Amino acid sequence: MSVLIFIDTNEGHVKKASLEVMSYGAKLADQLGTVAEGVALGTVTEDLSALGKYGVKKIHHVNNDVLNHFDAQVYTKVIAQVAEKTGAAVVIFSNNVDGKAIAPRLSARLKAGLVSGAVALPDTANGFTVKKNVFSGKAFANITINTAIKVIALSPNAYQVKTGGGSAEVVPFTTNVEPGKIKVTNVTKASGEVPLTEAEIVVSAGRGMKGPENWGMIEDLAHALHAALACSRPVADAHWRPHNEHVGQTGIAIAPNLYIAIGISGAIQHLAGVNRSKVIVVINKDPEAPFFKAADYGIVGDAFEVVPKFTEAVKKLKGS
Amino acid sequence: MKILVCISKTPDTTAKIAFTDNSTKFDTNGVQWIINPYDEWYALVRAIELKEKDSSAVIHLVNVGSADAEPIIRKALALGGDEAIRVNADSHDSFFVASQIAEVAKQGNYDLVFTGKETIDYNGSSIGGMVAELLDLPYVSLATKFELSETKATITREIEGGEENCEVELPVVVSAQKGMAEQRIPNMRGIMAARTKPLKVVEPTSVTPLTNVSGFGLPPAKAGVKLVSPDNVEELVRLLHEEAKAF
Repeated sequence: MSVLIFIDTNEGHVKKASLEVMSYGAKLADQLGTVAEGVALGTVTEDLSALGKYGVKKIHHVNNDVLNHFDAQVYTKVIAQVAEKTGAAVVIFSNNVDGKAIAPRLSARLKAGLVSGAVALPDTANGFTVKKNVFSGKAFANITINTAIKVIALSPNAYQVKTGGGSAEVVPFTTNVEPGKIKVTNVTKASGEVPLTEAEIVVSAGRGMKGPENWGMIEDLAHALHAALACSRPVADAHWRPHNEHVGQTGIAIAPNLYIAIGISGAIQHLAGVNRSKVIVVINKDPEAPFFKAADYGIVGDAFEVVPKFTEAVKKLKGS
Repeated sequence: MKILVCISKTPDTTAKIAFTDNSTKFDTNGVQWIINPYDEWYALVRAIELKEKDSSAVIHLVNVGSADAEPIIRKALALGGDEAIRVNADSHDSFFVASQIAEVAKQGNYDLVFTGKETIDYNGSSIGGMVAELLDLPYVSLATKFELSETKATITREIEGGEENCEVELPVVVSAQKGMAEQRIPNMRGIMAARTKPLKVVEPTSVTPLTNVSGFGLPPAKAGVKLVSPDNVEELVRLLHEEAKAF
């Protein structure tokens, strides 16, 4: 028996989300009196044994070139084989882009109950119950998994990365990997920017900015804070900003440490996508904006005056 | 060309979220029901656009739910579905629902199965992947663009911090999100036509759910906002740094 963790990589580098999943899986393994093991697919340029510090004791590495392009169908077959061979009782993913594609497939393949979007460690005192967000973050549900093997997809930024342990034993796992049916033709990445779902700090702006030409000051603040950029739905719908920056109920749901909302009134649909943020700052000239009710800190004021001062104050603090 | 679009019934995005029966059931009192926005705005509308280009295409809708899902199924027919299949069962868990959809898909021999990227109530993002696995088909999730030439699909999907383009021969299962299409409003002709379009009710296949909901809860309320004067932005930065330890 073991807890098996999918170590998700990007161009050979281990994603931050995977560090969270390893920390979570190691703690769960302790709780169940077993060990945490990892599975990594394709070329990995980092030293996998160093991931032992996140609590994984052994990493099964399937180093096959076919796996250098993501295909959920192919990945699922390989992970299922590793899970069977290692006698995994729980298989854990991040509920990130890749995890959302693989975890449900693995659940259906192994007939193993799935909780996706988990936000806490399972309660194993009486059965196996996992807390997850529902209604786009407006509520949570406790889901009981009734099968021998369990699959969990952990929400990004829901579990703190913990380091401690030593090094992991890396063992090659050899299996025949059939190429998948999906042919990846091109990958484009916004270089140097922080992916929104992995960002610790997010600076987000709305209609209060009056037009796309005014985003310079938002970008300056984001830059000073090393933050990712986001926006409200009307802004994306008006094509002031790209759709992939739209956070909210029908956009991307995020849970950064700090969410700064500028010129966003805070409609219930927007709040649903951001209310798991640990600290929320609202800057709005309307004191009646509903967002203030969901905020930790606020400034009632004109964004055009406040934001440049904010950026200067951050630079000053970081410079000192 | 046969397209199957999965349609889920969800509470309206402005619905008040509350629970009854000792926090084990969603309180449906006063709730307006809608088609899950991802299913409607992106999956269904993109299917309709494909049909507008290729008039031989047929769009079937599938819903797993009780009879009270029929108004939203009729709305989907009014938007442009050709016929609908309702699997007469409660949606116990995602595996149960996916198994029902997979059964319908097997019998209908579809070239393309579209789902929304997730439902706005359960937020599972699971149905597309499970259906694909049960049918042993490729799955492209979080698609923002979908083009078709003959039997080859060209798809753009979201990845962390960017996007990926890929090609795949049909059949394929695709989950759709923003970018794929634009929301439409049904017109009077569509609404009239929908009344007579076939809505078949089939009984569920026997499947044991793998999970169950043991309870719901609401997140703790915020302690209240701490307001800082717009003339003292440095104080806000100090609070964020020293008190909230946000950076």
